Amino acid sequence: MTALPAHSPLAVRGLSVTYGDKPAVEDVDATFPAAALSAIIGPNGAGKSTFLKACLGVVPRLSGEVAIFGQTFEDARARVAYVPQRASVDWDFPATVLDVVQMGQYRRAGLWGRLSGAARVQALACLDRVGMTDFAKRQIGQLSGGQQQRVFLARALAQEADLYLLDEPFAGVDAATERAIVEVLRSLRAAGKSVIAVHHDLATVAEYFDHVFLINVTRRAEGPVATAFTAETLHATYGGRLAPMGTGLRSQEAAE
Amino acid sequence: MMGAEFVQFSLTPILIGIFAAMACALPGNFLILRRQAMIGDAISHVVLPGIVMGFLVSGTVAAGPMGLGAAGAAIIAVVLIEAIRRFGRVEPGAAMGVVFTSMFAAGVLLLEQSGSSGVHLDVEHALMGNLEQLIWLRASGWASVLDPAAWASLPPELPTMALTFALIGALTLAFWRWLKIATFDEGFARSLGIPAGALGFGLVISAALAAVAAFQAVGSILVIAMFICPPAAARLMTNSLSAQIWWSLAFAALSAILGYVLAGYGPLWLGARDAVSAAGMIAVVSGVILGLAVLFGPHRTGARAV
Repeated sequence: MTALPAHSPLAVRGLSVTYGDKPAVEDVDATFPAAALSAIIGPNGAGKSTFLKACLGVVPRLSGEVAIFGQTFEDARARVAYVPQRASVDWDFPATVLDVVQMGQYRRAGLWGRLSGAARVQALACLDRVGMTDFAKRQIGQLSGGQQQRVFLARALAQEADLYLLDEPFAGVDAATERAIVEVLRSLRAAGKSVIAVHHDLATVAEYFDHVFLINVTRRAEGPVATAFTAETLHATYGGRLAPMGTGLRSQEAAE
Repeated sequence: MMGAEFVQFSLTPILIGIFAAMACALPGNFLILRRQAMIGDAISHVVLPGIVMGFLVSGTVAAGPMGLGAAGAAIIAVVLIEAIRRFGRVEPGAAMGVVFTSMFAAGVLLLEQSGSSGVHLDVEHALMGNLEQLIWLRASGWASVLDPAAWASLPPELPTMALTFALIGALTLAFWRWLKIATFDEGFARSLGIPAGALGFGLVISAALAAVAAFQAVGSILVIAMFICPPAAARLMTNSLSAQIWWSLAFAALSAILGYVLAGYGPLWLGARDAVSAAGMIAVVSGVILGLAVLFGPHRTGARAV
């Protein structure tokens, strides 16, 4: 086991997670680059979300080490923003859009501190970045799926983190939202921030991301899109039957 | 009705009813938002065998041993539910259903065994409580409210229930931001370092505390109703969590007052001879309030976008 690199926003060694007696993530190593957009790719049930949650301590890990900028997650917590899957929460919860964004300011306010007027201005600025200012007072249950996803992204922006971990940010969103989210992610990269997203649409991987990490319970490939996102690595991740549609790549089987 | 007789016979039961209803409604808000309403149901059932065990072991109907027994039963139930869910691989609702019905049934059997001792502890008491009997006999009128000497003869359920409500209220205030974030988005809360697991456990313990304290005075029917009806009705009145809490407390108090008065005087107005169970009537009133909120609440049809 090599030492965990301090320059990487997220480095993982030997990470394993089990659900019941079934391994969900097994002995995974990964090193994500800084100031880049990285995608975590793999088939359904491959452990993509579990991998992310285990890095954040949201689900317990069986073994392995996780370093965020060379520190433990507990020490680096303030530098990390997490966007869970939109479908993981109940949007009928009694809260406004602004309420949800201000949950991202929890670290500044603590358990008992008051949220200042300046915090409110900052939260509204985050909503502006995702094009949702007009919805600040809206009940969250009244939003479309794409709008809910933008609110979640605004909450992450309000955390003012250096590393953004997103779980399927493009799942079930409209085209306008997808463009808006990509814009925000690129602006984060331009500001030197690191973004790691679980992504399921193979057709857009090359367009949106710089770096890929392919997983199917175990690590299958990792590296810059140009070298690690190939027919061979997809074959290794998804198995033989998949000839990824629209990726511009053909699996070896299809080529034969 | 509002004179000395009211202070003697109605003031303390109504106050106890109000505090019991509010103490249950408060954690009920979060249980419902977490889709854990069944936990309230489960808790209010499993305290029965605990109370009976406390009674059988101590031989008295004192609040202390019976409360300890109930708390023990609640903890056993939580552990059993979790164990059945994990090792039996069944969904949480089914695990709860198995545990609380079995424990409640065991409680009824125990209760029958205890009947021979001649002390008043029976199934009816367990379901309906004895709210009407919690009177302030030594009170001589409204002046007694300001007379510390008369306080000594207050039914002990009153300070117990008031303190329970105050404690749960203080905990809710203290952990408000954690509760709000973790109830809405547990994964996000954990990523912030909020101890969501401990918080959820604390919530269940608070609910158990309210159930145990309220059980003897108002019985299990009222406890179940107050965990669910006032918060569910309150959710239909507002889209703000804090406003929902206040609405639920108001509905709980209103149910207690209206229910007690209707139970005592309603049957007479209808020409019947006897009053009906106050706890039963309070639960019915809370159900009626929920029905009205479903029909007329301003936020009953908030667009459910997916």
